[in-house]
Amino acid sequence: MADQVKLFGMWASPYSRRVELALKLKGIPYEYIEEDLSNKSCLLLKYNPVHQKIPVLVHNGKPVAESLVILEYIDETWTNNPVLPQDPYDRAMARFWAKFIDEKILITTRKVSLASGKEQEQAIEEITEQLKLLENELKGKEYFSGHNIGFLDIVANFLVFWFGNVQEVLGIDMFSEEKFPVIFEWIQKLVKIDVVNECRIPKEKHLDYIRTRVEAFKSSTK
Amino acid sequence: MSEEVKVLGNWGSCFSRRVELALKIKGVEYEYIEEDVYGNKSPLLLKYNPVHKKVPVLLHNGKPIAESLVIIEYIEETWKGTPILPEDPYEKAMARFWTKFVDEKCLPALWRAVWSPENEREKAVEEACKCLETLQSALNGKRFFGGDTVGLVDIAANFIGFWLRIIQEATGHGDLLSAEKFPTLFKWTDEFVSCSVVKQSLPPRDKLLAFFKARVAEANASK
Repeated sequence: MADQVKLFGMWASPYSRRVELALKLKGIPYEYIEEDLSNKSCLLLKYNPVHQKIPVLVHNGKPVAESLVILEYIDETWTNNPVLPQDPYDRAMARFWAKFIDEKILITTRKVSLASGKEQEQAIEEITEQLKLLENELKGKEYFSGHNIGFLDIVANFLVFWFGNVQEVLGIDMFSEEKFPVIFEWIQKLVKIDVVNECRIPKEKHLDYIRTRVEAFKSSTK
Repeated sequence: MSEEVKVLGNWGSCFSRRVELALKIKGVEYEYIEEDVYGNKSPLLLKYNPVHKKVPVLLHNGKPIAESLVIIEYIEETWKGTPILPEDPYEKAMARFWTKFVDEKCLPALWRAVWSPENEREKAVEEACKCLETLQSALNGKRFFGGDTVGLVDIAANFIGFWLRIIQEATGHGDLLSAEKFPTLFKWTDEFVSCSVVKQSLPPRDKLLAFFKARVAEANASK
């Protein structure tokens, strides 16, 4: 029986794009289902009743939710082109930094987007420190995972397209080549990779989307 | 070269105790180093976990790993013997999913409910109870989340298994985890603490109760 792989995702979500990137790197054929998050489908609610969020991977009818859990599942199920390193210590480092991205950087990014004034300034300082820590992990390496892109590059993929767009809409200067030369060098390498480009978030559409969301939030808190 | 395993931890921290439990399940000998996390953090801790400056940290032959769940996966992959995770990739994914749910939803909601001011308490308790209800459903008739034996989810939920009932005793509020509200989850907490390897990894009950009674008194005094 042929494998049936479906991905419930959303075009602007960096979490969703991570999973797509992993599937494409492994050459796994999948059916993509775009979710309208303002009107979630019955299937999404059925496959992820706990969080009701994307991404959800459905493999032969069995659902897996939470992007980092999905990435590990993909790596263990399709063992070609391994995404996580072999060595347990290197795996631990990859997982540590993936958690750091999700629990610190991406959370602080949200704070930056929705705060203003002093609060926003503080959040920008926080994120600058966090990005510097992440950048350290790239020093002396071609990619986070070494000579080829891997788990941490996939998780850090939000920096390639998504993050710059958020900054542009907010009109702030927190992420630049001057501040993060090593990360920017890494981005230049990534955009030359075909599968990374296939997961590119369409820029203008994304800028509009972010603008709408930020405005909606600001008007709802007045 | 013989293996050198050290744990930088704190006696009362459920996160620290998670790592000790995983090591005991695997029968790995380790040196335990107590960290005063409320007072002065030692140079050792700051050196081995510069990013978060927190316990627990595992040191294996001098190489540090931080974040309890990352540490447990490392322990699972490094030492064979009693498995902490299922072998099947789908079952493993489910264990990781529920572990994340405990860590990212249940624990923060429970903590908020425990310490919330009176006027916000009802809402906080409601939210925390929703998490407990969802978590209970993951037990699905099994003795442990891991099946017949303690696994990753059980280890991650150690706060619920042991700490929570003690905190409820300290605060005098029993409206989070009770046998009436969550019969199967409550039963699981009994199974969890009676497990011999778990017992060895838990802090002394009286000491923990006294610790939380003191925190409650402090919180009340500052009102």
